[in-house]
Formats: sequence, structure tokens, C-alpha cells
Amino acid sequence: MARAVVSLPATVKRGEIVEIKTLVQHAMETGFRRTQLGIAIPRDIIRLFVCTYNGEEIFRAEFHPAIAANPLLTFTTVATESGSIAFTWTGDKGFSLTESARITVE
Amino acid sequence: MTTRRDFLVAAGSLAGGIGVASAAGSAHATPAAMEEAIRKAIGDAPVRKGRVKLDVPPLIDNGNSVALSVAVDSPMTPSDYVKAIHVFSERNPLPNVLSVHLGPRSGRARIATRVRLADTQTVLAIAQLSDGSCWSDSAHVVVTLSACLEEGLI
Amino acid sequence: MSARRGGRPLPALAAACVVLGFTQAAPAAEIPSAERRSGYEFMSRETRAMQDDDATNPAVLWLLDGEALWNRKDGAAGRACADCHGNARASMKGAAARHPAWDAAAGRPVNLEQRINACRAGRQQAAPLAYESRDLLALTAYVARQSRGMPVDIAIDKRTKPFLDAGRDTFMRRQGQLNLACTQCHDELWGRKLAGSTIPQAHPTGYPLYRLEWQGLGSLQRRLRNCLTGMRAEPYPFGAPEFVDLELYLMWRARGMKMESPAVRP
Repeated sequence: MARAVVSLPATVKRGEIVEIKTLVQHAMETGFRRTQLGIAIPRDIIRLFVCTYNGEEIFRAEFHPAIAANPLLTFTTVATESGSIAFTWTGDKGFSLTESARITVE
Repeated sequence: MTTRRDFLVAAGSLAGGIGVASAAGSAHATPAAMEEAIRKAIGDAPVRKGRVKLDVPPLIDNGNSVALSVAVDSPMTPSDYVKAIHVFSERNPLPNVLSVHLGPRSGRARIATRVRLADTQTVLAIAQLSDGSCWSDSAHVVVTLSACLEEGLI
Repeated sequence: MSARRGGRPLPALAAACVVLGFTQAAPAAEIPSAERRSGYEFMSRETRAMQDDDATNPAVLWLLDGEALWNRKDGAAGRACADCHGNARASMKGAAARHPAWDAAAGRPVNLEQRINACRAGRQQAAPLAYESRDLLALTAYVARQSRGMPVDIAIDKRTKPFLDAGRDTFMRRQGQLNLACTQCHDELWGRKLAGSTIPQAHPTGYPLYRLEWQGLGSLQRRLRNCLTGMRAEPYPFGAPEFVDLELYLMWRARGMKMESPAVRP
């Protein structure tokens, strides 16, 4: 099973801008490579990343084959309330992975 | 007199030059394909230079993973914010690299990722603002060829 | 020189060596300890940052797998690594910095991967994990992570000395169609450029490591195989005694340097 690591501060002040770093295990096979025997390797990439904050979408990204293997994505959000931030990656061959993190807003 | 070491340095840079030239033979996006990809992402809006800061190292030793960040000068308020940031490549097999959609809740319009660059080329970032205007920045990146690569998959 | 081989440009190493000929044999001197530098120091600011930040070092993804494997019961004995060794953070501290190490049963030094597989066979009664398999890389990286920041500490005694000497011989010996020895690049020409790459000193302080070229985690032996292929020499198979001897020499050569596992390299 693929792994994901999300990094953000556990406790923040209300209104603070929080930096979120996400890392996910995926080969991001471009579809442009061939084996030594010349056989094309089919594309197998993550296409979409969605981040929700207490259920509401706050960030979305569309990936293309030019995103490096084991994609890293860093972005920000304003800490509005305590709760759960969820991260979902979906892609080719039915790939789907969800990770979530708790955030406490003081 | 040319010493053995001077010669190695010269030979190394020569080999590097050849590598870069050879790699250019591979399939890559055309200016027309890039223009089409841009229009598909942002429509007919004119694109102006400015307000966007695209950060990519100018010289990289491996195109498989290149640190890239985009920051847009915006207050990110409900009435004035960045809606989307699109990144395009001039000489990868496909022009699209990444599109992100953000909003006032982002607080700041700054993203970072790692991308693949198949060749020495110009990378372009375009930001779409809430007022419909589009702003851009570009960066030229030199991709060098490494020595002692693994045989097998390219 | 622009000839293509298997659809790719002739690698720069071969091109440079063809031009040079490398005809003279130079007596190699060991790099003085004050001048020893990890490959980390030759990397770009961005690649160093990637290794330094656990939130962006992709090798961390393998560490999570390694931790799960450490705690998972396996084999006919139904035992996990943790059942004997407890918390790896304490029990495995320094283990990677001491390997390859003498193994009485094998009658020779074994590397960390071989030690893990010996433990699997003996204690867990489980099948060995294949070299470069995701599980063996993950488990090795997890064990090696516990030595991060510790100095390489290879014990050489009467038993291990002949294997160290054999490893040194391999390092010094010209081989392959380019008639090159490891020492020519890594003792004599480190810091110089070979195409876009800076030639490092070949200190294996960060394995298993995430290589941008591989787009994944790999072992020292995978890297050594790449070196040999670059020299147009036939690589030894994974786990070959020649490789373990060479690993022993390389680690001894890096004695006192800080472990970085799992490192990032271009």
C-alpha cells in the first residue's frame, strides 16, 4: 500500500496562515518510457489532489506526468477552526489514498 | 602545457555538451501545443508579465526532480485573490505540468512542488486572479547530463 | 562520441575516458581525514534541503514501511523483529554504522541486508527478502535510520582484515573495457566535474538512499553495479562476496564520518 506523509503544525492561533507539506508514494510513470525491449510502459500517475478542511474544499491540484515521482506539494491555508484536514490523491489504475490530520486552533 | 587534469575537465564539459544536444532529439511539446494548453487553461485572457515569482534553480544536475515554487503577489481577500496557478513546460513531452486551484482561504498564494524537466528549457507560470486578469513569470533552466547513469530504463 | 547505445547518448564517463585514455597508472593515496567530504557537500542547495527535511525527504515514505515490517510477525516462528529487539530506536542505534560486520556463522563479514536476512532465516524462520525488494530496502532503511548522525565505526581485526584487503584490492584494481579503477575517480579526481556531475569521494554514509536518478530508494550494491557498468565492467551479482568486501573497505575508508541514512543524492 502506498504511503503518504502530511506535515503541518498541530496547534495554531486563529487566523494564522498554516503551511502544509504533503508527500505521497507513487512512481508517477509518465507513459513516455519504454522497456529495454522497446515495449511502451503505460501511464500510471496521480491525476488529482484535493484538500478539505472540516469537509469544505480549500485546495485542489491537477497533476501531469511532469510531476516528479513521489509527489511533494506544499501550500497554505488560514486556520479558521479546530478540526480535521483531509488529503485525497486519486489517479490512474484506480489509485486512491486518503490521509488526514487534526488541527487545534486556539 | 595542458595537464591531464585540465584535459579531464575539458573532456567532461565536452561530453556534457554532447549529451545535452543528443537529448534534444527526443519528443517534446511544440510552441503551438504549449499555446493551446495555455488557452485551454485560462481562455482568451491576455497574459501580462509581473506579480508572479517563479523560482526554479537555473542549473540542475538531475531533471527527474527539480524544486519549483510559485508565489503570487496578492492580498488573498474575498474580493481580491488568486484563483489558480498553472505551470507549463516548453520542451517536456507534454506542455502541462501542474494546475492548482486556491482561494481566499489559502491566506497566501504560494505553492511548491518537484517537477521533471526533460531538457534545458523555459518554464512558465501563469496566475489567474479573481478579477479575471492573468499574470506570468518564466525561468530558463539548464539541465545537465549526469555521468555513470544506470543502464536500463531511460 | 555521439554514438547512441540502446537509444541513449553514450554516457559521459565513457566519452571522457575514451578521450583521456587513462593510460598512466598512478599510485593512489588515501584521502587525508581532514579532506574527507560526504557526497552531501557536493550537492545543490535544493537537494541538501530535500535530505534535511523529513517532511520533504521521499525516503521517509519507505521508513514508514520499514517500521510496519519491524513490528509485523513473520515466518514459521510467528515472531516480529520487535519481539526480540524491542524498540528499534534504542536497540538498532549504531547497527548500520558498524556494518559490514563479522558473522561467525557465515565465517565472513556480512552487510546489513544480509544480517537482516540471516535474522529472518534463523529467528523468524522466514524466507529471505530479495535484494532491492521494497521490503528489504524499507527494513534496511528503518534500521539504518537509527544510526543517523552517528560516526561510522567499522572494527577491523584479525578475522576481518583479509576481507578489508580484498575490498581495497577491488577498489584499486583496473577493470572493465575502460580499464578504470575506482580509486582513479574517487581518490584522485574527486571534486572535479564529469559532465554535469561532481565526482564525489565515494563514502557510503547514507545508504539505503533516495537517488533522483532512480526516482526511488536503492542500496549501495545497486550503486556499485551502476559504477561497474559505467566502467564497462561486468557487475557482480547482488550479495556477491566481492561486493560485501568492497562495502567493508568503503565503510572503513569513511570511518568516523557521520551516518546520513536515508540520504538523498542526485
